Amino acid sequence: MKRHPLYGLMAEFETAEALMAAAHQAREEGYRRMDAYSPLPVEGLAEAIGFHDRRLPVIVLIGGMVGCLGGYYLQYWCSAISYPLNIGGRPLNSWPSFIPITFEMTVLVAALSAVLGMLALNGLPMPYHPVFNSPRFVLATRDRFFLCIEARDPKFDKERTRTFLAGLHARGVTEVTR
Amino acid sequence: MAPEPLQKSSNLEPAPLIGPGYSYATVTDKISSIVLTQKTPRSWIFGFAVAFFLLMVLMFAVGRLFLYGVGIWGIEIPVGWGWAIVNFVWWVGIAHAGTLISAILLLMHQEWRTSINRFAEAMTLFAVSCAGMFPLLHLGRPWMFYWLFPYPNTMKVWPQFRSPLIWDVFAVSTYATVSLMFWYIGLIPDLATIRDRSKRRVGQKIYGILAMGWRGSAAHWKRYETAYLLLAGLATPLVVSVHSVVSFDFAVGIVPGWHSTIFPPYFVAGAIYSGFAMVLTISIPVRKIYRLEDFITERHLDNMAKILLATGMIVGYGYIMETFMAYYSGNQYDKFMIIARMTGPYMKYYWLLIFCNMVVPQFLWSSRVRANVIGLWVISILVNIGMWLERYVIVVASLARDYMPTMWYRYSGTAWDVATYVGSIGLFLTLLFLFLRYLPMISIFELRQLVPTESGKAAPGTPHAPVEG
Repeated sequence: MKRHPLYGLMAEFETAEALMAAAHQAREEGYRRMDAYSPLPVEGLAEAIGFHDRRLPVIVLIGGMVGCLGGYYLQYWCSAISYPLNIGGRPLNSWPSFIPITFEMTVLVAALSAVLGMLALNGLPMPYHPVFNSPRFVLATRDRFFLCIEARDPKFDKERTRTFLAGLHARGVTEVTR
Repeated sequence: MAPEPLQKSSNLEPAPLIGPGYSYATVTDKISSIVLTQKTPRSWIFGFAVAFFLLMVLMFAVGRLFLYGVGIWGIEIPVGWGWAIVNFVWWVGIAHAGTLISAILLLMHQEWRTSINRFAEAMTLFAVSCAGMFPLLHLGRPWMFYWLFPYPNTMKVWPQFRSPLIWDVFAVSTYATVSLMFWYIGLIPDLATIRDRSKRRVGQKIYGILAMGWRGSAAHWKRYETAYLLLAGLATPLVVSVHSVVSFDFAVGIVPGWHSTIFPPYFVAGAIYSGFAMVLTISIPVRKIYRLEDFITERHLDNMAKILLATGMIVGYGYIMETFMAYYSGNQYDKFMIIARMTGPYMKYYWLLIFCNMVVPQFLWSSRVRANVIGLWVISILVNIGMWLERYVIVVASLARDYMPTMWYRYSGTAWDVATYVGSIGLFLTLLFLFLRYLPMISIFELRQLVPTESGKAAPGTPHAPVEG
């Protein structure tokens, strides 16, 4: 398949509401390969562009369990298997004393998996991305909202998509080169 | 935009969290211009110079410590824990407010946290750095600090996992790591803002690398918010656990004045108390110098003062309970410990701490005092002093009056103790000044969410039926 010379077409909006409405309309129009960009999190926007990903909480749960079991086993193995010390006949597996470190390790591994999982699923760090080629895009981290329909979308057609985006009360539509 | 009434017209309606007339753009420009300006304020240069000098004092004191050992400090058996441990507990306590503000208040939907959470988190991070330093310096052979961790070694021994001291290693290092991640994750969207607003190549490069290519994609925001909430949920029990574990260092020991079940909650309340005092101590001059009164409003100061009052009351309850239990337990050693604290060689520390921590915050009942910025600042500093004295009394006064009169000792810190402590404040302030200059001190993207939009607070999500095909 030949690579499209364009990355996509990007429409600029002034408010989150306008972007939200545009995202819904684009989806109803049949576009699937698109992304919305905003300077602040907008509730429901991810769903509007068809984003459904529930993996992150699962990753954090697994991380927490690994930390919990690993933390406890570390202490159990050191104290009861590797170097057992019999002091006054006290139990080697003295679990109440092992709880604080087990808890700390649970939190540590869960937090690490939350952060690294979020970055990995988002594909960050990403040194280059075509959307930054749009000269207006610097405003996406200030006060403007953008909707980008990507060229790899099967319904993408440079002229028709441009007309469609322009009809969404966009402030302007720009081409995003690769 | 319709002008909103600025004044607190009635008590029923809370004052706004953000000054009137701000939009996404002006909020962004105001905060980012502090970072991107070419003109460093004079006050910053002066403050940084003082902080850097104190940091050099720390370097000198620590250098001397490495040369001669802990003998240069005033510690002597039975008082093996002196200023170093007092400072450790003090700094860890200060660190707690940052996580409390960023995590617990986030989960409780306290929107006012937004303007103060960033630098409270930074404060947490820097305070933990100062705190973590002290037990290591206290080791005697600090270069062997890695012996604290369980690693496979030729001696084939492991740390004693039943000791609170090793719990402390895990608690504080976990806390430092989680605080760093929480802070950095919160910074990423703002670093992207700074990257995009920077006019200079160096700034674009450095902030660009730090922002990791953040572009504000809707899918990214979604995962970002999930991760941030989960981190807040994880940090909430963590913050309670850390100072509880610190209190176990004392409570598990059988020294009179330490061996008490009230210690964990009492330490956690004290930590929040001192932490909020430190947030006030820092935020009051910062909002003045950088003219951030529109973002850190009087309502923020008022709320923090109320938390200060509430936690101060809990701490005061702890002092009263300690005294009552010494009497009620009928234990002669506990009874003697309290009398020794109140009338012994450390009595001036004790009564000064009662004054600073129990009497002074009572002024905060008055709304006039809470609205008086200078008064609030003075109170916050007195609370910080009081909390340091509290730890001094707990650590030193208890050890110096042990079970046997033959074991009694009159401890006082040396000039090197003072130099290390003052130096640690220098380290804290140096990091803080660098942060204020080079990173956005208020969370810009969260502040944008507080800007009132024309159609209401947040952008509403309209329900939609997915059309497939």
